[in-house]
Amino acid sequence: MTGSSISDRIMRWAIYGFVGLVVIFLVAPILIIIPISFSSARYLIFPPPGFSFQWYKELVERPEWLRAFWVSLKVAGLCVVLSLAFGLPASFALVRAKFKLTPLFYALILSPMLLPSVVVGLGLFFLFSKLGITGSVGGLALGQAVVIMPIVVVMITSTLQGFDRRLEQAALIFGASPLTAFRLVTLPIIAPAIISAALFVILLSFDDLLIALFLSDPSTSTLSIAIWNNTTMQISPVIAAVSVCLLGMSILILGLVAIARRWA
Amino acid sequence: MSAIARLRNPKASYALMLLPVLALIGFLFIYPMVDMVARSLGSTQGTLTTQYYAPIFSKTIYLRVLWNTFEISLLTTLVTLVLAYPVAYLIATGRRPLSLFLTVCTLIPFFTSLLVRTYGWMVILSPEGLLNEALGLLGLGPVALLYTRGAVLVGMTYSLLPYMVLTLASVFRGIDPGLMRAAGLFGASNVRAFLHVYFPLSLPGVLGGSLLVFLLAIGYFITPALLGSGRDQMIAMIVYEQVDRSLNWEFAAALSTLLFATTLVVFFVYARVFGLGKALEAKR
Repeated sequence: MTGSSISDRIMRWAIYGFVGLVVIFLVAPILIIIPISFSSARYLIFPPPGFSFQWYKELVERPEWLRAFWVSLKVAGLCVVLSLAFGLPASFALVRAKFKLTPLFYALILSPMLLPSVVVGLGLFFLFSKLGITGSVGGLALGQAVVIMPIVVVMITSTLQGFDRRLEQAALIFGASPLTAFRLVTLPIIAPAIISAALFVILLSFDDLLIALFLSDPSTSTLSIAIWNNTTMQISPVIAAVSVCLLGMSILILGLVAIARRWA
Repeated sequence: MSAIARLRNPKASYALMLLPVLALIGFLFIYPMVDMVARSLGSTQGTLTTQYYAPIFSKTIYLRVLWNTFEISLLTTLVTLVLAYPVAYLIATGRRPLSLFLTVCTLIPFFTSLLVRTYGWMVILSPEGLLNEALGLLGLGPVALLYTRGAVLVGMTYSLLPYMVLTLASVFRGIDPGLMRAAGLFGASNVRAFLHVYFPLSLPGVLGGSLLVFLLAIGYFITPALLGSGRDQMIAMIVYEQVDRSLNWEFAAALSTLLFATTLVVFFVYARVFGLGKALEAKR
């Protein structure tokens, strides 16, 4: 094409300018947290009047934050185990078995993820109250697993769909037992997807607030609940310090996922 | 023997692999949902009643909440669409480095905790936050930004933007760029070519993204609770409030059932338009 007209060029720059503003919109609320977390002020003020580690110090010194982090870690770990234990075999069956009801099963397994967490949380709250297991770490992990496991199924089934089954069949022909073929052929190929799925489960479990609001008690307050309690009352810069730690965790996990993908 | 038998009849072993997850979903999802609906209809009293639904549609405060939920979700969907369209366009048609950069930026809200993002907006919008300090430098007085309807819209748009951008970009990628060039060769200006060729082809993405964002928006809780005022209450917030403060479980069940039913309706419209498989994978 020959040189574009002036109006076309103006149009193009208008689009670039607009998208540039959207990019600023996307990164601003994340970046703003970092300077605030080092603020020397006792309350939220921008720009921070000076540099200080006081909020990070408060995080380490106040036992409630460490306790909440510990609860979140336990819940996330248990949630990973549960999501994989239920999600992995299900993913294999969904991709490989040609049941007439497979689409229905798929829809059922994914549906908790599509509903608002409040709805699922309330339903679980009624059930767990009846069973008397609200406020337990196990119950909390089980509740989160219901809404988080669908992600595992989505990730693993999409990997399995691209998996060449002839590799497995070759192993079987050469005399490997199904279990050996799985361990030596299938598992190494899908391991990166499993690791990525597990890491995302950790991220989502730490992120969950609603299931935890319904299912935890003060002794099992997760980090999300501690943040929630501290932002509804006042906007303390200590939340910025927690947020920076959580951001660090997200970046670490995304880095690990990238490494797992490259390894594949 | 058992290994050979299993090889011959893999269906049985696959059924065995599905059983635990179906049991989990049945016990921790289907049963609680049925119980919730039953409770909202009076199962705890032993009689069928609509008394728990009556206040939702007769008391002004609850009608107000329903309207808020609808209005905020609709506005969020529109704003998200306007912001996402050019971004998705550049992702789909731009050169590789630009497209990758924009995709990464789009995914930022996806991978950061919802509470962290919302806190970031509180810092920007608070009375002594970034925007008000900037206004102060221009000699303009502090403006109430936080705890307003506008703040809720900004926060929700921020969280839901990735869903819109990704849905639009996947549709835009399927549009043949040659069509726009052909329109240009036949003398159409870029604007005309866009309006008559590109835009109509992008409509499935617009519809899909809008339904998805609306579906997710009506269940929002954290953002309106932290960035809005009492006048910006949405339905998910009062569901939790009924359990947390009022201890009115049956009323909470009725509100939640309403939200559940609305979500299902929007979802089925989506599934009808785009097919169930696509609908299920939309929200990853």
